[in-house]
Amino acid sequence: MIIENSEVVLSVRDLTANVNGTPILKGVNIEVKSGEVHAIMGPNGSGKSTFSKVLAGHPAYEVTGGEVIFQGQNLLEMEPEERARSGVFLAFQYPLEIPGVSNLDFLRVAYNSRRKAQGLEEIDAFDFDDLIEEKLDVVKMNPAFLNRSLNEGFSGGEKKRNEILQMALLEPKLAILDETDSGLDIDALKIVANGVNQLANPENATIMITHYQRLLNYIVPDYVHVMAQGQILMCGGKDLALELEARGYDWVLEGTEVGV
Amino acid sequence: MSIEVSPSPISNTLVDKDAYLSGLLDKVVASKSEGWLQDVRESAADWVRQLKLPTTRDEEWRFADLSSLREVQFNVETFLPNITPFVLPEANNNCLVFVNGVYAPELSAVSGLPDGVVVSNLANLPGGYDERVRQYLAQASGNSEVFTALNTAGMTDAAVVWVGKNVVVETPISLVFVAVGEGRIALPRCLMVAESGSQVTLVEEYTNRTDAKNSEEERVYFNNAVTEVWVEENAQVSHTRIECDGAEAFHVGKTAVMQARCSRYSCNAVSLGARFSRHNLEIFQTGEQTETTLNGLTMIKGKQLGDTHSAIALNHPHSVSRQLHKCIVGDRAHGVFNGKVFVPKPAQLTDARQLNRNLLLSSKARVDTKPQLEITADNVKCAHGATVSQLEDDEIFYLQSRGIDANDARNLLINAFAAEIINQIPISSLRETLTQTVSRF
Repeated sequence: MIIENSEVVLSVRDLTANVNGTPILKGVNIEVKSGEVHAIMGPNGSGKSTFSKVLAGHPAYEVTGGEVIFQGQNLLEMEPEERARSGVFLAFQYPLEIPGVSNLDFLRVAYNSRRKAQGLEEIDAFDFDDLIEEKLDVVKMNPAFLNRSLNEGFSGGEKKRNEILQMALLEPKLAILDETDSGLDIDALKIVANGVNQLANPENATIMITHYQRLLNYIVPDYVHVMAQGQILMCGGKDLALELEARGYDWVLEGTEVGV
Repeated sequence: MSIEVSPSPISNTLVDKDAYLSGLLDKVVASKSEGWLQDVRESAADWVRQLKLPTTRDEEWRFADLSSLREVQFNVETFLPNITPFVLPEANNNCLVFVNGVYAPELSAVSGLPDGVVVSNLANLPGGYDERVRQYLAQASGNSEVFTALNTAGMTDAAVVWVGKNVVVETPISLVFVAVGEGRIALPRCLMVAESGSQVTLVEEYTNRTDAKNSEEERVYFNNAVTEVWVEENAQVSHTRIECDGAEAFHVGKTAVMQARCSRYSCNAVSLGARFSRHNLEIFQTGEQTETTLNGLTMIKGKQLGDTHSAIALNHPHSVSRQLHKCIVGDRAHGVFNGKVFVPKPAQLTDARQLNRNLLLSSKARVDTKPQLEITADNVKCAHGATVSQLEDDEIFYLQSRGIDANDARNLLINAFAAEIINQIPISSLRETLTQTVSRF
């Protein structure tokens, strides 16, 4: 929701970044305020996923210029774990399978590291069980998944649900959902979208990165940005997504070439 | 009943003498035993005289170079220093402690065992057992291999665990072989016989760890250990072997297991210590329908070498074997795994699986792996495989992105890799100790 005079959560100015020496981001600008839901759409290879990884601090992406201010702090100076602890959450396009690490233990360690950063006491396994029970409901997840290894053998939909479960637990200030809808059937998509909608509130903000307009039927954005060739070329309201769906991305690219 | 896999004895005249080995043999045979034990020792000494220490030109020792062993002149020590070794809380009433291969009665405690169970050193066996032990001691297949024969030749005592027919031993039995002092060779020896229908858990530990925490970490010594396990018909043995020798030690260990019809044997072998560590784990099947589970974990760093050679020699139908061996190799360390499974014609309907997984923690770390299945039976299910991997940056990043710092993320991943083996160990205090060891790795 768009709220008058709400605080700026994320401010990105002229961000440029390389992967293996190749420039991918070529001057990204975006401002996200508390309570807002932004969608970043764009064709494959436009730099959408790179943008999300740069925000989360992936070491393979080298920032070459610009600034990213998150709640008044320089995000680019922070380690990935510090970003997470201060409230940035990236839901992965391809969540990793980590055999041997129990999902429950992982969730507890992650939760406690966030608590510690907030100056709160860590909670024990017993209290954590109660808490996670409640969060499972957000994504209608079977408790049996807690005792399995992290994402190991999970289906695509189960992995994405597990990402949203982590988000529910960590209660981020800024959630970045990277292609959270890709590979999901419509039932799984509804569950995941419903989870995200439950978690959105006036105190936090969401950036959805997606290739498909379909997701936006279930999570309605306040703003839609079109990314191509490493830049955000166009911004608009939720109707822009429909226009993109009807006319394709080429239309945006053609527009820029003639200087529109 | 024994199956011979060692090289056939070679005539004396054809072999150049191995002067280093002769010198070692002279030292270990110096103190004599009585009666049949001396006979067993002398025939083993004769084998040793015909053999040489292997070199890297021997296929079985290609990656385990013993030349640094040859640079050290080891001595036999018979006095007992005053130490307090670490003993498992689960087994503090069923524990034999040997210091430098010599039985330490004041450190050992055996009480409350069911009738029909004997846990004793060879010299103090209760009446009637001497003759029975004689049927088994040094009789397992592969007994003429050079290090095994050297151990037998110098065997003045041994740990004996005897479990009578149909006896179930609830508490684990712990054997601790502590090494203290500099430049000596110890010949730890263990015999376990699980009679038909019995059930027992054995923990065998090689360590230089004592409560005294004296700064003896860097001592050079040589543990040449041999353990024979006889699992009789329908008996079940759970065996955990921890090699945690000092950072400068040499360890060559043999575990020979004779599995009779319908028996079940599982081994969890963990190698952490020694600059040179070799474990020869050999299973000989003497009847059908056996079950064998081998779990192994080698965790080495610095310039350590950790070599595991296992062999499962089947010769009867309907057996199941499962093997998972993992190596975690850091710094410039070198892990070696060679796992043989023999499935000859008579071993029809065998179900054998073997997997070796390796985690390399540095660019200088090295692993040589050779899973080796030799199958001539035509109606069997056999599978084997090996993987070598590193910690993935993406995995670490995933954990970091949830607020876990990079170092903790690495530890979590290494722990997870090791946990698959450690969690198989049936003793909780050992699991905890090993988990802590992994966290500090």
